[in-house]
Amino acid sequence: MRSAFFATLIECARSDENLYLLTADLGFRLFDAFRQEHPDRFINVGVAESNMIGLAAGMSLAGKNVYCYSLASFLVFRAYEQVRIDVAYHNCSVKLVGAGGGVHYGTEGFTHFAVEDLALMRALPNMSIVVPADRAEARCVAQKSCGYDGPLYIRLAGNGGPDVHMVQPDFEIGRAMVLHRGHEVALFATGSMVHVAEEARLFLGSRQVRATIVDMHTINPLDVPTILEIASSHKAIFSIEEHRVAGGLGSAIAEVLSEHGYAGIFKRFGIPDRMPRCIGAGDYLKERMGLTGRAIAEDILECTGRRKYGIVG
Amino acid sequence: MVKTTDSNEAGGYEKYTLLAARIRRRILALVFETQSPHIGSAFSCVELLVGLYFKVLTISPDKRPRSGRDRFILSKGHACPALYVVLNERGFLDDRTLDGFGRDGGGLELHPARNPELGIELSTGSLGHGLSVGAGLALAAKKDNADCTVYVLLGDGEINEGSVWEAVMFAGHHRLDNLVAIVDHNKMQALGRGADILDPGSISHKFSVFGWDSTDIDGHAFDDIFRAFAKPPLYRRAHRPRAIVAHTVKGRGVSFMEESLLWHYRAPDKNEYQRALAELTL
Repeated sequence: MRSAFFATLIECARSDENLYLLTADLGFRLFDAFRQEHPDRFINVGVAESNMIGLAAGMSLAGKNVYCYSLASFLVFRAYEQVRIDVAYHNCSVKLVGAGGGVHYGTEGFTHFAVEDLALMRALPNMSIVVPADRAEARCVAQKSCGYDGPLYIRLAGNGGPDVHMVQPDFEIGRAMVLHRGHEVALFATGSMVHVAEEARLFLGSRQVRATIVDMHTINPLDVPTILEIASSHKAIFSIEEHRVAGGLGSAIAEVLSEHGYAGIFKRFGIPDRMPRCIGAGDYLKERMGLTGRAIAEDILECTGRRKYGIVG
Repeated sequence: MVKTTDSNEAGGYEKYTLLAARIRRRILALVFETQSPHIGSAFSCVELLVGLYFKVLTISPDKRPRSGRDRFILSKGHACPALYVVLNERGFLDDRTLDGFGRDGGGLELHPARNPELGIELSTGSLGHGLSVGAGLALAAKKDNADCTVYVLLGDGEINEGSVWEAVMFAGHHRLDNLVAIVDHNKMQALGRGADILDPGSISHKFSVFGWDSTDIDGHAFDDIFRAFAKPPLYRRAHRPRAIVAHTVKGRGVSFMEESLLWHYRAPDKNEYQRALAELTL
Protein backbone atom coordinates (compact mmCIF):
# COMPACT_ATOMS: atom_id res chain seq x y z
CA MET A 1 0.00 0.00 0.00
CA ARG A 2 2.80 2.39 0.93
CA SER A 3 4.76 1.61 -2.22
CA ALA A 4 1.64 1.98 -4.37
CA PHE A 5 0.99 5.40 -2.82
CA PHE A 6 4.48 6.73 -3.43
CA ALA A 7 4.74 5.22 -6.93
CA THR A 8 1.68 7.29 -7.85
CA LEU A 9 3.02 10.35 -6.05
CA ILE A 10 6.08 10.34 -8.33
CA GLU A 11 3.71 10.66 -11.28
CA CYS A 12 1.94 13.57 -9.58
CA ALA A 13 5.32 15.22 -9.00
CA ARG A 14 5.98 15.08 -12.75
CA SER A 15 3.03 17.31 -13.50
CA ASP A 16 3.26 19.47 -10.35
CA GLU A 17 6.66 21.09 -10.01
CA ASN A 18 5.60 22.58 -6.67
CA LEU A 19 5.20 19.15 -5.10
CA TYR A 20 7.72 18.51 -2.31
CA LEU A 21 8.23 15.44 -0.19
CA LEU A 22 9.63 15.70 3.33
CA THR A 23 10.44 12.80 5.61
CA ALA A 24 11.58 12.73 9.21
CA ASP A 25 14.31 10.19 8.45
CA LEU A 26 11.98 7.23 7.85
CA GLY A 27 10.97 5.23 4.77
CA PHE A 28 13.99 3.06 3.97
CA ARG A 29 14.12 2.53 0.18
CA LEU A 30 10.58 3.89 -0.08
CA PHE A 31 11.68 7.13 -1.72
CA ASP A 32 14.58 5.90 -3.87
CA ALA A 33 12.72 6.45 -7.12
CA PHE A 34 11.32 9.83 -6.02
CA ARG A 35 14.78 11.00 -4.95
CA GLN A 36 16.29 9.90 -8.19
CA GLU A 37 13.71 11.65 -10.30
CA HIS A 38 13.18 14.76 -8.17
CA PRO A 39 16.28 15.18 -6.00
CA ASP A 40 15.58 18.89 -5.43
CA ARG A 41 12.11 18.19 -4.13
CA PHE A 42 12.93 15.52 -1.61
CA ILE A 43 14.15 16.61 1.82
CA ASN A 44 15.04 14.39 4.73
CA VAL A 45 14.67 16.86 7.60
CA GLY A 46 16.20 14.46 10.13
CA VAL A 47 14.55 12.94 13.17
CA ALA A 48 12.59 16.09 13.89
CA GLU A 49 8.87 15.73 13.27
CA SER A 50 7.85 19.04 14.86
CA ASN A 51 10.25 20.98 12.69
CA MET A 52 9.11 19.05 9.62
CA ILE A 53 5.51 20.14 10.14
CA GLY A 54 6.49 23.77 10.74
CA LEU A 55 8.69 23.74 7.64
CA ALA A 56 5.86 22.26 5.59
CA ALA A 57 3.48 24.97 6.80
CA GLY A 58 5.98 27.68 5.84
CA MET A 59 6.58 26.14 2.42
CA SER A 60 2.85 25.83 1.90
CA LEU A 61 2.32 29.50 2.81
CA ALA A 62 4.86 30.23 0.07
CA GLY A 63 2.82 28.24 -2.46
CA LYS A 64 4.38 24.79 -2.27
CA ASN A 65 2.44 21.53 -2.28
CA VAL A 66 4.07 19.66 0.59
CA TYR A 67 3.80 16.02 1.67
CA CYS A 68 5.22 15.00 5.06
CA TYR A 69 6.01 11.39 5.83
CA SER A 70 6.70 9.52 9.03
CA LEU A 71 5.17 6.70 11.01
CA ALA A 72 1.61 7.71 11.84
CA SER A 73 2.40 7.59 15.56
CA PHE A 74 5.30 10.05 15.41
CA LEU A 75 3.71 12.26 12.79
CA VAL A 76 0.50 12.80 14.75
CA PHE A 77 1.47 12.50 18.39
CA ARG A 78 4.93 14.05 18.44
CA ALA A 79 4.10 16.98 16.22
CA TYR A 80 0.45 17.46 17.21
CA GLU A 81 0.70 21.10 18.21
CA GLN A 82 2.50 21.99 14.99
CA VAL A 83 -0.22 20.13 13.11
CA ARG A 84 -2.90 21.95 15.10
CA ILE A 85 -1.56 25.49 14.80
CA ASP A 86 0.82 25.68 11.85
CA VAL A 87 -1.14 23.43 9.49
CA ALA A 88 -4.78 23.10 10.60
CA TYR A 89 -5.43 26.59 11.96
CA HIS A 90 -3.66 28.21 9.00
CA ASN A 91 -5.60 25.87 6.67
CA CYS A 92 -2.39 25.00 4.82
CA SER A 93 -2.54 22.46 2.01
CA VAL A 94 -0.08 20.17 3.73
CA LYS A 95 -0.50 16.42 3.31
CA LEU A 96 0.45 14.34 6.30
CA VAL A 97 1.20 10.79 5.27
CA GLY A 98 1.41 8.44 8.24
CA ALA A 99 2.49 4.84 7.80
CA GLY A 100 1.62 1.94 10.05
CA GLY A 101 -1.78 3.20 11.15
CA GLY A 102 -3.39 0.99 13.80
CA VAL A 103 -1.33 -1.89 15.18
CA HIS A 104 0.44 -2.60 11.90
CA TYR A 105 3.84 -2.57 13.56
CA GLY A 106 2.72 -5.36 15.91
CA THR A 107 5.82 -6.70 17.63
CA GLU A 108 7.45 -3.27 17.56
CA GLY A 109 5.15 -2.42 20.44
CA PHE A 110 2.93 0.35 21.72
CA THR A 111 5.29 3.24 20.87
CA HIS A 112 4.79 2.39 17.20
CA PHE A 113 1.01 2.02 17.23
CA ALA A 114 -1.31 4.74 15.99
CA VAL A 115 -4.66 3.85 17.51
CA GLU A 116 -5.74 7.29 18.73
CA ASP A 117 -4.70 9.24 15.63
CA LEU A 118 -8.12 9.40 13.96
CA ALA A 119 -9.69 10.82 17.12
CA LEU A 120 -7.02 13.48 17.46
CA MET A 121 -7.07 14.45 13.80
CA ARG A 122 -10.87 14.47 13.69
CA ALA A 123 -10.94 17.05 16.47
CA LEU A 124 -8.85 19.57 14.47
CA PRO A 125 -10.28 22.41 12.41
CA ASN A 126 -10.09 22.08 8.59
CA MET A 127 -8.47 18.64 8.76
CA SER A 128 -9.58 16.02 6.25
CA ILE A 129 -8.79 12.37 6.97
CA VAL A 130 -8.47 9.54 4.47
CA VAL A 131 -7.68 5.91 5.21
CA PRO A 132 -7.23 3.81 2.07
CA ALA A 133 -8.20 0.14 2.29
CA ASP A 134 -5.74 -1.31 -0.21
CA ARG A 135 -3.25 -0.54 -2.94
CA ALA A 136 -5.87 0.58 -5.44
CA GLU A 137 -7.31 3.09 -2.96
CA ALA A 138 -3.82 4.22 -1.99
CA ARG A 139 -3.13 5.04 -5.62
CA CYS A 140 -6.41 6.96 -5.82
CA VAL A 141 -5.62 8.89 -2.65
CA ALA A 142 -2.18 9.85 -3.96
CA GLN A 143 -3.74 11.12 -7.16
CA LYS A 144 -6.65 12.98 -5.56
CA SER A 145 -4.59 14.42 -2.72
CA CYS A 146 -2.25 16.20 -5.11
CA GLY A 147 -4.76 18.92 -5.96
CA TYR A 148 -6.62 18.76 -2.67
CA ASP A 149 -7.20 22.09 -1.01
CA GLY A 150 -6.54 22.22 2.74
CA PRO A 151 -4.86 19.98 5.31
CA LEU A 152 -5.16 16.25 4.69
CA TYR A 153 -4.14 13.35 6.90
CA ILE A 154 -3.53 10.16 4.94
CA ARG A 155 -3.31 7.11 7.16
CA LEU A 156 -1.60 4.21 5.45
CA ALA A 157 -0.99 0.71 6.77
CA GLY A 158 2.16 -0.85 5.31
CA ASN A 159 2.94 -3.07 2.36
CA GLY A 160 1.57 -6.57 1.90
CA GLY A 161 -2.04 -6.24 3.02
CA PRO A 162 -4.83 -7.94 1.09
CA ASP A 163 -6.49 -6.16 -1.83
CA VAL A 164 -10.17 -5.26 -1.64
CA HIS A 165 -10.63 -3.97 -5.17
CA MET A 166 -10.08 -6.13 -8.21
CA VAL A 167 -10.58 -3.14 -10.51
CA GLN A 168 -9.77 0.52 -10.06
CA PRO A 169 -12.52 1.94 -7.81
CA ASP A 170 -14.53 5.07 -8.50
CA PHE A 171 -12.90 7.00 -5.69
CA GLU A 172 -13.59 10.50 -4.45
CA ILE A 173 -12.32 11.93 -1.16
CA GLY A 174 -15.40 12.50 1.02
CA ARG A 175 -17.65 10.00 -0.75
CA ALA A 176 -18.20 6.61 0.85
CA MET A 177 -18.31 3.54 -1.36
CA VAL A 178 -21.05 0.95 -0.95
CA LEU A 179 -19.22 -2.23 -1.91
CA HIS A 180 -22.14 -4.62 -1.42
CA ARG A 181 -25.85 -4.06 -1.06
CA GLY A 182 -27.52 -6.34 1.43
CA HIS A 183 -30.41 -5.60 3.74
CA GLU A 184 -31.09 -5.25 7.46
CA VAL A 185 -27.42 -5.32 8.51
CA ALA A 186 -24.82 -2.76 7.41
CA LEU A 187 -21.09 -2.70 8.16
CA PHE A 188 -19.16 0.55 7.88
CA ALA A 189 -15.43 -0.09 7.78
CA THR A 190 -12.28 1.92 7.13
CA GLY A 191 -8.73 1.08 6.07
CA SER A 192 -7.55 -2.45 6.83
CA MET A 193 -10.95 -3.27 8.29
CA VAL A 194 -12.72 -3.05 4.92
CA HIS A 195 -11.20 -6.40 4.05
CA VAL A 196 -12.23 -7.76 7.46
CA ALA A 197 -15.76 -6.49 6.87
CA GLU A 198 -15.77 -8.40 3.59
CA GLU A 199 -14.79 -11.56 5.45
CA ALA A 200 -17.54 -10.91 7.96
CA ARG A 201 -20.00 -10.48 5.11
CA LEU A 202 -19.08 -13.88 3.66
CA PHE A 203 -19.53 -15.52 7.06
CA LEU A 204 -22.85 -13.75 7.61
CA GLY A 205 -23.91 -14.82 4.13
CA SER A 206 -23.37 -18.43 5.09
CA ARG A 207 -25.85 -17.79 7.92
CA GLN A 208 -28.42 -16.28 5.58
CA VAL A 209 -27.68 -12.71 6.61
CA ARG A 210 -27.05 -10.42 3.66
CA ALA A 211 -24.88 -7.58 4.86
CA THR A 212 -24.29 -4.21 3.25
CA ILE A 213 -20.63 -3.17 3.22
CA VAL A 214 -19.72 0.52 3.17
CA ASP A 215 -16.09 1.50 2.64
CA MET A 216 -15.60 4.67 4.71
CA HIS A 217 -12.18 5.63 3.40
CA THR A 218 -12.85 9.26 4.34
CA ILE A 219 -13.40 9.96 8.03
CA ASN A 220 -13.50 13.71 7.54
CA PRO A 221 -15.48 15.20 5.84
CA LEU A 222 -17.88 12.43 6.75
CA ASP A 223 -20.29 11.25 4.05
CA VAL A 224 -23.42 11.93 6.09
CA PRO A 225 -25.93 11.43 3.23
CA THR A 226 -24.68 7.88 2.66
CA ILE A 227 -24.83 7.08 6.38
CA LEU A 228 -28.41 8.38 6.57
CA GLU A 229 -29.43 6.54 3.42
CA ILE A 230 -28.07 3.27 4.82
CA ALA A 231 -29.62 4.00 8.23
CA SER A 232 -33.04 4.44 6.66
CA SER A 233 -32.97 0.97 5.17
CA HIS A 234 -31.08 -1.11 7.77
CA LYS A 235 -32.12 -2.31 11.23
CA ALA A 236 -28.60 -2.81 12.49
CA ILE A 237 -25.45 -0.80 11.85
CA PHE A 238 -21.89 -1.70 12.81
CA SER A 239 -18.62 0.17 12.49
CA ILE A 240 -15.23 -1.48 12.23
CA GLU A 241 -11.88 0.28 12.55
CA GLU A 242 -8.31 -0.45 13.53
CA HIS A 243 -8.44 2.34 16.10
CA ARG A 244 -9.71 2.80 19.62
CA VAL A 245 -13.47 2.76 19.75
CA ALA A 246 -13.36 6.25 21.27
CA GLY A 247 -13.27 9.11 18.82
CA GLY A 248 -12.78 7.40 15.47
CA LEU A 249 -15.06 6.22 12.70
CA GLY A 250 -17.56 4.56 15.02
CA SER A 251 -17.90 7.68 17.12
CA ALA A 252 -18.37 9.80 14.02
CA ILE A 253 -21.14 7.52 12.75
CA ALA A 254 -22.74 7.35 16.21
CA GLU A 255 -22.93 11.14 16.29
CA VAL A 256 -24.79 11.18 12.99
CA LEU A 257 -27.14 8.33 13.92
CA SER A 258 -28.07 9.73 17.33
CA GLU A 259 -28.59 13.23 16.01
CA HIS A 260 -30.98 11.83 13.41
CA GLY A 261 -32.87 9.61 15.85
CA TYR A 262 -31.73 6.25 14.54
CA ALA A 263 -33.64 3.60 16.50
CA GLY A 264 -31.91 0.45 15.28
CA ILE A 265 -29.05 -1.57 16.73
CA PHE A 266 -25.64 0.09 16.64
CA LYS A 267 -22.27 -1.21 17.76
CA ARG A 268 -18.67 -0.16 17.27
CA PHE A 269 -15.90 -2.67 16.66
CA GLY A 270 -12.37 -1.48 17.26
CA ILE A 271 -9.63 -1.49 19.81
CA PRO A 272 -11.05 -1.49 23.33
CA ASP A 273 -10.14 1.16 25.88
CA ARG A 274 -8.10 -1.45 27.69
CA MET A 275 -5.83 -3.00 25.12
CA PRO A 276 -4.87 -6.55 26.04
CA ARG A 277 -1.28 -6.85 27.20
CA CYS A 278 0.04 -9.15 24.55
CA ILE A 279 2.88 -9.23 22.08
CA GLY A 280 2.66 -10.26 18.49
CA ALA A 281 2.31 -9.29 14.86
CA GLY A 282 -0.46 -6.94 13.81
CA ASP A 283 -2.73 -9.75 12.62
CA TYR A 284 -2.22 -11.65 15.87
CA LEU A 285 -3.08 -8.58 17.94
CA LYS A 286 -6.19 -7.91 15.86
CA GLU A 287 -7.27 -11.51 16.35
CA ARG A 288 -6.77 -11.18 20.11
CA MET A 289 -8.94 -8.06 20.07
CA GLY A 290 -11.70 -9.72 18.08
CA LEU A 291 -11.02 -7.80 14.87
CA THR A 292 -11.46 -10.73 12.49
CA GLY A 293 -14.27 -11.32 10.05
CA ARG A 294 -15.42 -14.42 11.90
CA ALA A 295 -15.42 -12.88 15.39
CA ILE A 296 -17.19 -9.75 14.20
CA ALA A 297 -19.78 -11.77 12.27
CA GLU A 298 -20.55 -13.91 15.31
CA ASP A 299 -20.91 -10.83 17.45
CA ILE A 300 -23.26 -9.33 14.87
CA LEU A 301 -25.39 -12.48 14.84
CA GLU A 302 -25.52 -12.33 18.64
CA CYS A 303 -26.52 -8.66 18.63
CA THR A 304 -29.17 -9.06 15.99
CA GLY A 305 -30.64 -12.25 17.41
CA ARG A 306 -29.98 -14.12 14.19
CA ARG A 307 -27.61 -16.65 15.61
CA LYS A 308 -30.36 -19.22 15.74
CA TYR A 309 -30.23 -19.40 11.97
CA GLY A 310 -26.74 -20.77 11.93
CA ILE A 311 -24.76 -23.55 13.50
CA VAL A 312 -21.57 -22.04 14.82
CA GLY A 313 -18.57 -24.26 15.10
CA MET B 1 26.02 45.31 26.54
CA VAL B 2 23.06 47.66 26.64
CA LYS B 3 24.14 51.23 26.03
CA THR B 4 22.45 54.43 27.04
CA THR B 5 20.10 56.16 24.63
CA ASP B 6 22.73 58.86 24.08
CA SER B 7 24.58 56.64 21.63
CA ASN B 8 21.48 56.49 19.42
CA GLU B 9 21.23 60.24 19.26
CA ALA B 10 24.94 60.63 18.68
CA GLY B 11 24.73 58.28 15.69
CA GLY B 12 22.10 60.35 13.91
CA TYR B 13 19.22 58.08 14.71
CA GLU B 14 17.01 60.72 16.39
CA LYS B 15 14.17 59.95 14.00
CA TYR B 16 14.10 56.32 15.07
CA THR B 17 14.59 57.15 18.73
CA LEU B 18 11.62 59.53 18.68
CA LEU B 19 9.55 56.96 16.83
CA ALA B 20 10.45 54.27 19.38
CA ALA B 21 9.40 56.60 22.22
CA ARG B 22 6.08 57.36 20.56
CA ILE B 23 5.47 53.66 19.94
CA ARG B 24 6.18 52.90 23.61
CA ARG B 25 3.68 55.56 24.68
CA ARG B 26 1.08 54.07 22.38
CA ILE B 27 1.77 50.52 23.60
CA LEU B 28 1.40 51.83 27.14
CA ALA B 29 -1.95 53.39 26.29
CA LEU B 30 -3.14 50.26 24.51
CA VAL B 31 -2.18 48.01 27.41
CA PHE B 32 -3.62 50.44 29.97
CA GLU B 33 -6.94 50.76 28.16
CA THR B 34 -7.38 47.03 27.70
CA GLN B 35 -5.65 46.06 30.97
CA SER B 36 -3.75 43.37 29.05
CA PRO B 37 -0.51 41.59 30.00
CA HIS B 38 3.04 41.35 28.54
CA ILE B 39 3.98 45.03 28.41
CA GLY B 40 7.50 44.14 29.54
CA SER B 41 7.96 41.74 26.62
CA ALA B 42 6.59 44.34 24.20
CA PHE B 43 8.90 47.09 25.48
CA SER B 44 12.05 44.99 25.13
CA CYS B 45 11.65 44.60 21.35
CA VAL B 46 10.48 48.08 20.32
CA GLU B 47 13.77 49.24 18.76
CA LEU B 48 14.15 45.91 16.94
CA LEU B 49 10.69 46.25 15.41
CA VAL B 50 11.24 49.91 14.52
CA GLY B 51 14.52 49.01 12.83
CA LEU B 52 12.91 46.19 10.89
CA TYR B 53 9.72 47.93 9.82
CA PHE B 54 11.12 51.38 9.11
CA LYS B 55 14.39 50.48 7.42
CA VAL B 56 15.19 46.82 6.96
CA LEU B 57 12.13 44.98 5.63
CA THR B 58 11.21 45.21 1.96
CA ILE B 59 7.47 45.39 2.41
CA SER B 60 4.61 47.72 1.67
CA PRO B 61 1.12 47.96 3.08
CA ASP B 62 -0.78 46.71 0.05
CA LYS B 63 -4.15 45.07 -0.02
CA ARG B 64 -2.61 42.28 -2.07
CA PRO B 65 0.78 41.50 -0.55
CA ARG B 66 3.50 40.70 -3.10
CA SER B 67 4.71 37.10 -3.05
CA GLY B 68 8.35 38.23 -3.08
CA ARG B 69 8.04 40.43 0.01
CA ASP B 70 10.29 40.00 3.02
CA ARG B 71 8.60 38.14 5.82
CA PHE B 72 8.64 38.97 9.50
CA ILE B 73 7.38 36.45 12.06
CA LEU B 74 6.84 37.47 15.67
CA SER B 75 7.51 34.05 17.16
CA LYS B 76 7.22 35.49 20.69
CA GLY B 77 3.61 36.26 19.90
CA HIS B 78 2.78 37.61 23.35
CA ALA B 79 4.75 40.77 22.53
CA CYS B 80 2.17 41.65 19.86
CA PRO B 81 1.05 45.00 21.33
CA ALA B 82 4.41 46.25 20.03
CA LEU B 83 3.86 44.64 16.63
CA TYR B 84 0.33 46.05 16.28
CA VAL B 85 1.39 49.61 17.08
CA VAL B 86 4.35 49.35 14.70
CA LEU B 87 2.09 47.98 11.95
CA ASN B 88 -0.28 50.88 12.60
CA GLU B 89 2.55 53.42 12.34
CA ARG B 90 3.74 51.73 9.15
CA GLY B 91 0.29 51.91 7.53
CA PHE B 92 -0.73 48.25 7.65
CA LEU B 93 -3.27 48.52 10.42
CA ASP B 94 -5.80 51.32 10.70
CA ASP B 95 -6.73 52.96 14.02
CA ARG B 96 -10.11 51.28 14.07
CA THR B 97 -8.55 47.83 13.86
CA LEU B 98 -6.04 48.73 16.54
CA ASP B 99 -8.88 49.91 18.76
CA GLY B 100 -10.29 46.38 18.57
CA PHE B 101 -7.25 44.95 20.34
CA GLY B 102 -8.30 42.48 23.02
CA ARG B 103 -11.93 43.59 22.98
CA ASP B 104 -15.11 41.56 22.52
CA GLY B 105 -15.87 41.55 18.82
CA GLY B 106 -12.54 43.25 18.04
CA GLY B 107 -10.10 42.33 15.31
CA LEU B 108 -6.86 41.73 17.19
CA GLU B 109 -6.19 39.05 19.77
CA LEU B 110 -3.60 39.09 22.52
CA HIS B 111 -1.57 36.74 20.33
CA PRO B 112 -1.33 37.45 16.59
CA ALA B 113 -3.51 35.65 14.05
CA ARG B 114 -2.21 35.43 10.48
CA ASN B 115 -3.53 38.16 8.22
CA PRO B 116 -1.10 39.14 5.46
CA GLU B 117 -3.22 42.16 4.50
CA LEU B 118 -2.57 43.56 7.97
CA GLY B 119 1.08 42.53 7.76
CA ILE B 120 0.73 39.62 10.16
CA GLU B 121 2.48 36.67 8.54
CA LEU B 122 1.85 33.93 11.08
CA SER B 123 -0.40 33.03 13.97
CA THR B 124 1.82 32.65 16.99
CA GLY B 125 1.41 32.46 20.72
CA SER B 126 2.56 28.96 21.46
CA LEU B 127 6.34 29.25 21.60
CA GLY B 128 8.78 27.38 19.40
CA HIS B 129 6.82 27.44 16.14
CA GLY B 130 8.04 30.54 14.29
CA LEU B 131 11.55 29.49 13.37
CA SER B 132 10.43 26.24 11.71
CA VAL B 133 7.78 28.03 9.68
CA GLY B 134 10.29 30.78 8.87
CA ALA B 135 12.79 28.15 7.69
CA GLY B 136 10.05 26.70 5.47
CA LEU B 137 9.37 30.13 3.96
CA ALA B 138 13.09 30.71 3.46
CA LEU B 139 13.56 27.30 1.86
CA ALA B 140 10.64 27.87 -0.52
CA ALA B 141 12.10 31.27 -1.48
CA LYS B 142 15.42 29.62 -2.27
CA LYS B 143 13.72 27.01 -4.41
CA ASP B 144 11.97 29.82 -6.30
CA ASN B 145 15.13 31.95 -6.52
CA ALA B 146 13.09 34.70 -4.89
CA ASP B 147 15.03 37.58 -3.39
CA CYS B 148 13.25 37.53 -0.07
CA THR B 149 14.57 37.43 3.46
CA VAL B 150 12.69 35.90 6.36
CA TYR B 151 13.12 37.44 9.82
CA VAL B 152 11.96 35.64 12.94
CA LEU B 153 11.93 37.31 16.35
CA LEU B 154 12.20 34.86 19.22
CA GLY B 155 12.17 35.34 22.95
CA ASP B 156 15.08 34.12 25.02
CA GLY B 157 12.64 32.10 27.14
CA GLU B 158 11.25 30.65 23.93
CA ILE B 159 14.55 29.00 23.10
CA ASN B 160 13.90 26.60 25.99
CA GLU B 161 11.63 24.87 23.46
CA GLY B 162 13.32 21.92 21.75
CA SER B 163 11.61 22.61 18.43
CA VAL B 164 13.60 25.86 18.14
CA TRP B 165 16.80 23.83 18.04
CA GLU B 166 15.38 21.41 15.47
CA ALA B 167 14.88 24.46 13.24
CA VAL B 168 18.32 25.86 14.12
CA MET B 169 19.97 22.59 13.07
CA PHE B 170 17.92 22.45 9.87
CA ALA B 171 18.63 26.02 8.78
CA GLY B 172 22.34 25.65 9.54
CA HIS B 173 22.63 22.41 7.62
CA HIS B 174 20.71 23.73 4.63
CA ARG B 175 22.60 27.05 4.66
CA LEU B 176 19.48 29.17 4.61
CA ASP B 177 21.28 32.49 4.23
CA ASN B 178 17.95 34.23 3.63
CA LEU B 179 16.83 33.45 7.18
CA VAL B 180 17.56 35.76 10.11
CA ALA B 181 16.75 34.81 13.68
CA ILE B 182 16.62 37.62 16.21
CA VAL B 183 16.62 36.64 19.85
CA ASP B 184 15.18 39.27 22.17
CA HIS B 185 17.56 38.45 25.02
CA ASN B 186 15.88 40.32 27.85
CA LYS B 187 17.09 37.78 30.40
CA MET B 188 13.63 37.24 31.89
CA GLN B 189 10.99 34.62 31.28
CA ALA B 190 7.59 33.79 32.71
CA LEU B 191 8.66 32.75 36.20
CA GLY B 192 11.99 34.46 36.66
CA ARG B 193 15.45 35.09 35.32
CA GLY B 194 16.49 32.85 32.44
CA ALA B 195 19.86 32.29 34.04
CA ASP B 196 18.13 30.77 37.09
CA ILE B 197 15.66 28.62 35.13
CA LEU B 198 17.59 27.13 32.19
CA ASP B 199 20.76 29.15 31.87
CA PRO B 200 21.24 29.66 28.12
CA GLY B 201 24.88 30.73 28.50
CA SER B 202 26.04 32.31 25.27
CA ILE B 203 23.11 32.09 22.87
CA SER B 204 25.15 33.38 19.93
CA HIS B 205 27.74 30.68 20.54
CA LYS B 206 25.05 28.04 20.44
CA PHE B 207 23.80 29.32 17.08
CA SER B 208 27.39 29.50 15.81
CA VAL B 209 28.15 25.88 16.53
CA PHE B 210 25.09 24.90 14.51
CA GLY B 211 26.50 26.73 11.51
CA TRP B 212 24.89 30.14 11.89
CA ASP B 213 26.63 33.48 11.47
CA SER B 214 25.79 35.00 14.82
CA THR B 215 26.40 38.27 16.54
CA ASP B 216 25.59 39.98 19.83
CA ILE B 217 24.21 43.50 19.79
CA ASP B 218 22.60 46.08 22.04
CA GLY B 219 18.97 45.58 21.07
CA HIS B 220 18.05 49.16 22.03
CA ALA B 221 20.83 50.92 20.05
CA PHE B 222 19.95 51.72 16.46
CA ASP B 223 23.55 51.88 15.30
CA ASP B 224 24.02 48.29 16.49
CA ILE B 225 20.68 47.20 15.07
CA PHE B 226 21.28 48.60 11.60
CA ARG B 227 24.85 47.30 11.49
CA ALA B 228 23.59 43.83 12.40
CA PHE B 229 20.79 43.87 9.85
CA ALA B 230 22.99 45.06 7.00
CA LYS B 231 23.78 42.13 4.74
CA PRO B 232 27.32 40.98 5.43
CA PRO B 233 29.90 41.89 2.77
CA LEU B 234 30.45 39.30 0.06
CA TYR B 235 33.75 38.02 1.45
CA ARG B 236 32.02 37.16 4.70
CA ARG B 237 29.08 35.41 3.13
CA ALA B 238 29.44 31.73 3.71
CA HIS B 239 25.80 31.11 2.94
CA ARG B 240 24.80 30.79 6.53
CA PRO B 241 21.63 31.77 8.30
CA ARG B 242 22.17 34.75 10.58
CA ALA B 243 21.41 35.00 14.28
CA ILE B 244 21.24 38.36 15.99
CA VAL B 245 21.26 38.04 19.75
CA ALA B 246 19.84 41.35 20.88
CA HIS B 247 20.65 42.12 24.49
CA THR B 248 17.68 44.01 25.81
CA VAL B 249 15.96 45.04 29.01
CA LYS B 250 12.53 43.69 29.80
CA GLY B 251 10.17 46.62 30.34
CA ARG B 252 12.69 49.00 28.77
CA GLY B 253 11.79 52.68 29.01
CA VAL B 254 9.85 52.76 32.27
CA SER B 255 12.09 52.57 35.32
CA PHE B 256 9.67 50.69 37.54
CA MET B 257 8.89 48.11 34.82
CA GLU B 258 12.48 47.37 33.88
CA GLU B 259 13.72 43.91 34.83
CA SER B 260 10.60 43.32 36.87
CA LEU B 261 8.71 40.07 36.46
CA LEU B 262 5.49 41.69 37.57
CA TRP B 263 5.11 43.45 34.21
CA HIS B 264 4.96 40.18 32.36
CA TYR B 265 1.50 39.90 33.86
CA ARG B 266 -0.04 43.09 35.09
CA ALA B 267 -1.22 46.21 33.36
CA PRO B 268 -0.66 49.67 34.87
CA ASP B 269 -3.35 51.38 36.93
CA LYS B 270 -4.18 55.07 36.37
CA ASN B 271 -1.40 56.37 38.58
CA GLU B 272 1.21 54.00 37.14
CA TYR B 273 0.06 54.88 33.64
CA GLN B 274 0.66 58.60 34.31
CA ARG B 275 4.09 57.96 35.82
CA ALA B 276 5.10 55.69 32.94
CA LEU B 277 3.83 58.17 30.38
CA ALA B 278 5.91 60.93 31.97
CA GLU B 279 9.03 58.78 31.74
CA LEU B 280 8.33 57.97 28.08
CA THR B 281 7.78 61.58 27.12
CA LEU B 282 11.10 62.82 25.81
